[in-house]
Amino acid sequence: MMEKMIFGRYIPGDSFVHRLDPRSKLVFVFAFILVVFLANNIVTYAFLLAFTLLVILMSRIRLYFLINGLKPVMILLVFTFLIHILFTREGDIVFELGFFKVYEEGLRQGIFISIRFLVLVFMTSILTLTTSPISITDGIEVLLNPLKKVKMPVHELALMMSIALRFIPTLMDETDKIMKAQMARGSDLSAGPIKERVKAVVPLLVPLFVSAFKRAEDLATAMEVRGYRGGEGRTRYRQLKWDWRDTISLVALVVMTALLVFYRN
Amino acid sequence: MGIKLQQVSYAYSMGTPFEKYALFDVDLTIPHGTYQAIIGHTGSGKSTILQHFNGLLKPSKGQVHIGDRVIAAGKKAKELKPVRQKVGIVFQFPEHQLFEETVLKDIMFGPMNFGVSEQEAEQRARELIHLVGLPEDTLNKSPFDLSGGQMRRVAIAGVLAMDPEVIVLDEPTAGLDPRGQKEIMDMFHALHKERGLTTILVTHSMEDAARYADKIAIMHEGRCVLNGTPLEVFADAETLEKYRLELPHIVRFQRKIEKLMNKSLSKICLTEEELAAEVAQALREGRDAQ
Amino acid sequence: MTEILSFNQVSFSYTPDSPEHRKAVQNVSFSINEGEWIAIVGHNGSGKSTMVKLVSGLLFPQEGEIRVMRNVLTEENLWETRSNIGMVFQNPDNQFVGATVQDDVAFALENSGVPYKEMVERVHASLAQVKMDKFLNHEPHHLSGGQKQRVAIAGALAMRPKLLILDEATSMLDPQGREEVLKTVRALREETGLTVLSITHDVEEALFADRVLFMNDGKKYAEGTPSEIFALGDKLVEFGLELPFAMRMTKLFQENGVLLAGQHMTEEELVNDLWASNFNK
Repeated sequence: MMEKMIFGRYIPGDSFVHRLDPRSKLVFVFAFILVVFLANNIVTYAFLLAFTLLVILMSRIRLYFLINGLKPVMILLVFTFLIHILFTREGDIVFELGFFKVYEEGLRQGIFISIRFLVLVFMTSILTLTTSPISITDGIEVLLNPLKKVKMPVHELALMMSIALRFIPTLMDETDKIMKAQMARGSDLSAGPIKERVKAVVPLLVPLFVSAFKRAEDLATAMEVRGYRGGEGRTRYRQLKWDWRDTISLVALVVMTALLVFYRN
Repeated sequence: MGIKLQQVSYAYSMGTPFEKYALFDVDLTIPHGTYQAIIGHTGSGKSTILQHFNGLLKPSKGQVHIGDRVIAAGKKAKELKPVRQKVGIVFQFPEHQLFEETVLKDIMFGPMNFGVSEQEAEQRARELIHLVGLPEDTLNKSPFDLSGGQMRRVAIAGVLAMDPEVIVLDEPTAGLDPRGQKEIMDMFHALHKERGLTTILVTHSMEDAARYADKIAIMHEGRCVLNGTPLEVFADAETLEKYRLELPHIVRFQRKIEKLMNKSLSKICLTEEELAAEVAQALREGRDAQ
Repeated sequence: MTEILSFNQVSFSYTPDSPEHRKAVQNVSFSINEGEWIAIVGHNGSGKSTMVKLVSGLLFPQEGEIRVMRNVLTEENLWETRSNIGMVFQNPDNQFVGATVQDDVAFALENSGVPYKEMVERVHASLAQVKMDKFLNHEPHHLSGGQKQRVAIAGALAMRPKLLILDEATSMLDPQGREEVLKTVRALREETGLTVLSITHDVEEALFADRVLFMNDGKKYAEGTPSEIFALGDKLVEFGLELPFAMRMTKLFQENGVLLAGQHMTEEELVNDLWASNFNK
């Protein structure tokens, strides 16, 4: 189940979208989230959908992948759609089956909300699928830099995030290993009443915490020995480069916004 | 209890874009009472194969016979507990699985999961703590107050306490100092002999395989490419070389001496003691012949 | 000869105030000169790791002094000292800070504020030295243990250290990884004359050193060339170490009545002696 989810995963590549600067991608996605709410009729929603499909196309991520990987999210989408159809009672009746009636406005709302939901999920997924977590961290760090003036520990936060990201696969492996080791000793995590299951988590969690603390200690030592003393006086090895692609994509977003404003009711 | 793998293939993340095969059509029969070594480089599929021995992984294709249980691809495998009780696995760095407040409780964890009574489990713990070479007062200590080597021994006792018929060892001596390594390996060998266990040793070490195993299987890129007695396997230097595996130090040294003496010894020696005796013998014969 | 590091009557205890305090390091003195390779051997718990913590200023001795580049190590000059010492630890995973190979190598450089252009040059150069320059953008969980340790060495080299410390850097690796790392260190010594301090319980690794320090129970039991140390024979075995392969064979040959002229540490010497004593008469 979990391994089929692609939400939050990164698929390396070198498409137009992959090569964008994380800063422009972040700004783009956040602006897009706001822009989506401008749409309020068929034309504008069609624009949104077309625009999103264009971005997916340019990211060279297969649509099938995206839909298949976002199945759990899709269930939520269908649910929202049904709720709108069932509970909105405005406009003409489009379809009737006994006491079950579908109204025009309900259908309209249902479709619009679904599109809105879909483009938002697709756009954010494209961001994470085409940007390595560490680049996202870099982007956030630079974008948040002005907040250093108000004493926000931007560098520390970014470092924490990057170390957390770096250790996710390691700790996932570790969890798997400990789980297997305890299963081999007869511990059963998947059966029995809730109380038993909660008890069965202890043999997993204790070793996991012990090892995570050990790793944290080792890492702190390694960092200290390698001269880490906080953000002051540090230089950056990871450089971000803004190029024509970034400008183009932000211009495209501005044009898109203008169109939405022009064609909306 | 024997274990048999028939045409076993295994893929991680089946049916996703991240699907990756780690085993291809592996056939391997480990008869009851055999000391089987499985050798291969990192990524050869050793650790994947190991998890099939007690149903932690289910084959994507083919079937695994564990005693008289069959775990086959595509079929639901229910109630694996009896299998897991009979096949004990000592994972690499087993000290990472310790979690109880006391060593005693931790050793008792396994057997009690399999329905052994508290008294019986405690009795087993008291016997085993000696077997793994620790003093009895260790039982009341917290496992986290022990040294790395001691923790390793406690974890091993925890697996042995399940009273398994098959014992699977995944690099059981990694990270120990030489004395610790030898003690642990000798202990498992003695157990194997005394209790008539089936022992499966998954390792990088040709040395350990040569010294202890009855049979050696070589894994390479997810396939089992060779399986035979140590003498058969080490006689096939070409195949080993093909898979970037070296002969054990002792055999390489024997080859050097044979080259020097310009004649072959009567057999391939698997231990240092054996080689010394053989060379002495050959030299005496050489002298007598002159 | 320039002295790089010295211990002068150094003692350290983790529990200095407890009545039965056991000293983890007791009255240890030794020194390393530029270009030397010193190996500290001893079983687990012999005080080896504490010595490393003392050199890197993670701990300070209660008695005696430690000099790095002839300056006594104090809390004041700690950071400067650290920039002169490169360290590689035991667990390859727990010292990999960066998201990718090149980020990790750059970590120490970033910390000491090296300008971007120079960082790029140094990162590439040091990765080339350990032959990992084709793995610039690899993430740590896609590397083998041996590769991760080579990246750690590159990370140390990027700082152009006076001393490289290997703290059981090979003990968690498979034989291939161990060979990879040792080969890298030997090549580095040949090319750059780097000073190396390795802490190990692998006797075959200690054979490469110029001098060996044999630790037992917090004390320096013996110091000398590998042949002097391994001549201690059974004493080493008693303290939890093993003799090198060639020495074990020499002993077994002699017990079986094979003529040999003397003790041997390397296979070549043993084979040559075997030839000279038995055939070439």
